[in-house]
Amino acid sequence: MSEAVVPHTTGKPNAAAPGWFRRTLDGDLFYSFRRSRITMIAAGVTLLFFLVAIFAPLLSVQNPFDPAQLQLMNSRISPLWTADGQSPFLLGTDEQGRDVLSAILYGLRISLLVGVLGVVLSGALGILLGLTAGYFGGAIDGLIMRIADVQLSFPAILIALLINGVAKSVFGNKLDETSMLAVLVFAIGLSFWVQYARTVRGSVLVEKNKDYVAAAQLIGLPAPVIMLRHVLPNTTGPILVIATINLALAIITEATLSFLGSGMPETMPSLGTLIRIGNGYLFAGEWWIVAFPGIALAALILSINLLGDWLRDALNPKLR
Amino acid sequence: MSVGRSLFAATLAGALALTVSPASSQTLRYANQGELKSLDPYTLNESTTSAHLGHVYEGLVARGKDLKIIPALAESWETPEPTRWRFHLRKGVKFHNGDPFTADDVVFSAERVRAKGSNFQSRVPADAKVIKVDDYTVDFVLSSPNPILTALWATWYIMDKKWAEANDAVAPTPAAATTPSYASLHENGTGAFMIESHQPGVKTVFKPNPNWWRKPEHNLKEIVFTPIANPATRVAALLSGEVDVIEPVPVQDIERVKASPNATVLTGPELRTIFVGMDQLRDELLYSNVKGKNPFKDVRVREAVYRAIDIELIKNRVMRGLSTPSALMVAPEIFASKDFTRPKFDPDAAKKLLADAGYAEGFEVTMDCPNDRYVNDAAICQAIVGMLARINIKVDLLAQPKAQYFAKVLKPGGYKTSLFMLGWTPDTLDSQNVLHDIMGCRDDPKDPNRGEANLAGYCNNQFDELADKVLVEPDATKRNELIKQAFEVSMKDWAYVPLHQQALAWGVSKKVKLTQRADNMVMLYWATKEGE
Repeated sequence: MSEAVVPHTTGKPNAAAPGWFRRTLDGDLFYSFRRSRITMIAAGVTLLFFLVAIFAPLLSVQNPFDPAQLQLMNSRISPLWTADGQSPFLLGTDEQGRDVLSAILYGLRISLLVGVLGVVLSGALGILLGLTAGYFGGAIDGLIMRIADVQLSFPAILIALLINGVAKSVFGNKLDETSMLAVLVFAIGLSFWVQYARTVRGSVLVEKNKDYVAAAQLIGLPAPVIMLRHVLPNTTGPILVIATINLALAIITEATLSFLGSGMPETMPSLGTLIRIGNGYLFAGEWWIVAFPGIALAALILSINLLGDWLRDALNPKLR
Repeated sequence: MSVGRSLFAATLAGALALTVSPASSQTLRYANQGELKSLDPYTLNESTTSAHLGHVYEGLVARGKDLKIIPALAESWETPEPTRWRFHLRKGVKFHNGDPFTADDVVFSAERVRAKGSNFQSRVPADAKVIKVDDYTVDFVLSSPNPILTALWATWYIMDKKWAEANDAVAPTPAAATTPSYASLHENGTGAFMIESHQPGVKTVFKPNPNWWRKPEHNLKEIVFTPIANPATRVAALLSGEVDVIEPVPVQDIERVKASPNATVLTGPELRTIFVGMDQLRDELLYSNVKGKNPFKDVRVREAVYRAIDIELIKNRVMRGLSTPSALMVAPEIFASKDFTRPKFDPDAAKKLLADAGYAEGFEVTMDCPNDRYVNDAAICQAIVGMLARINIKVDLLAQPKAQYFAKVLKPGGYKTSLFMLGWTPDTLDSQNVLHDIMGCRDDPKDPNRGEANLAGYCNNQFDELADKVLVEPDATKRNELIKQAFEVSMKDWAYVPLHQQALAWGVSKKVKLTQRADNMVMLYWATKEGE
């Protein structure tokens, strides 16, 4: 092998004032990360899932969402290492000739996209309502928190199903695959805001009687600025924890909706849709159609949850 | 403590004894992939629904185990002149609520079945006069002879006039109705079973009618019907003994069920033909990116679609060999002819045809498809979407449960479709029904029922003339020649794309004996179940 010339990086200017990267590496959080092997594995797996999802078009042998690329001739091929396996279908194909591995990669894209956007939407909504409720108190607080209580008494999946159903009956046939994605994001976003709102409100109630808030009020800063610039940064820890756990929940919810048949259609399958399709072929012995998407979903959820658990412990001062 | 334990054991033993008592052995549990939406017998002209309702309602005639027409509410009939049919009604028959069955009910049902919103309007010709001669005699006076009038009537169920009037159910419930009517939630028939409870989409419980005029052949004290849409769940329910009969068994699971110790599969050829249709009537398609014109009006585009579909591949892969590709819109049991072969699958020719028609770049269109009605319906549609994509026709697939699908695409919903898949068993078990209902011109002023299920809007006057001759031709050989000519005309027009006849596959517990009819109607009044 040829020797590559690697330029020396020591002696760079950031040695004087440590950048954010250095500070992170030196911080408690990263120390606790380095100490937990399982967290490192979980983070690696999560990162891997994100990467393969982003680079899915480069990694897959076909675009499973394009019906012109599916060959019915290639349907129901078993995984490559079994007797009837055929290249290039590493994990086999489904009954439409869709390569299972490609379908998982593209399905991951949908799952992660819906999950991340759902978390962003529910986070934004929850933080806004939580800040407002906590900061202003009184009737506004009462109203927002009672709505939250009502919503909290239903499982989130029911709310998501309701929103999904209403959107379907309102838009009807106009819903194509892309707008179905938006509907899923909304359904998930609107069903998970409560936890953010309650947590943020709690933190705000603690923070708002502190001196720095009083000082900000004294110099005449408007309420939105105080809320966003001064109070919000002190609530980021709990929000980060909830966001991580909720990412897993949002992905699961999307998979559940799709599994129940009210999420992504079979022509543009997400992981949940793939599991539903494959479920019908289990008795026939064609296990790979359901098994691999199931394993992928389980691994993704598990690693995100492990990350969330670690984050919760690491950010909890009482556990240090 | 020991007293408590033995008490518990005794209770448990008692409970176990109760569950294995012979009384429960006569409850038959039946699961179908689709739900029973409405109990109104004029809402949806679909075999599964008609089969369910055939347990509680009866027509003037019925079909026997061999599909022959047999007397039911009419004891006998004659045709004193070619255009006058006289029916002698059975005396002493009572509806489930105790009302006696008389000629008034037949006259009422004939009006109701032809009213707006009914999906069975072609059962009784629009211009036929229904005359009550006396309480137990009814005359049907037709404007032109129809030798196969009664062939359609096994699924034209007779309703109680008094009950309908008392419950605001005189008008039929349209399939597209969004609020249920009284008649869609309650029944009052004369049939073998009465519906004890009906939760649409969840569960329907049938109890035997103690006053049924026929001697029951079944030994059931209850039928519990539940829809199970998921094929794997349905098979699991049969294998575990949770249900006794399922329809259909998914093609991929037939071997698995046959190998199981407590259930088996009844298979046979089905009379239903599955086909694809293209809206060729509207000047602009409802769901397409082509504006101002309708590509399917061009016969070349229709031929291209036909030639782009590889039916043998669908047979081998999607249907796992359990289908018979068809050149005709009827099954060979209904009309057998060696003169018809399916035009060859040829995607290159299809592309060329599209280019000639001016669609070299293709176009977009939405396809409507049921996903709980026919064997592997959604999978067939997906395969077709892929095949059409290869000739640059981009198809958005809208696969829905049959309740929503039929409400949208059938006549009461306004034929709202541009491209669809449908299956059809002629109720008459005769080609004429297909020539008239599926392929006849819509909006014929002389015969408003013509083309009632012609979702594609195919229309050719020469074809309709042949169909009319078929209706009145008494000589079998000449009649077959006319049918052949009619099919030739429609094939030259590339009117429809017939796909195949699917195979019947009923999953039946080994405790249950039951008769399988080739029209795929599960009639449990012929079922018996052994005790446990």
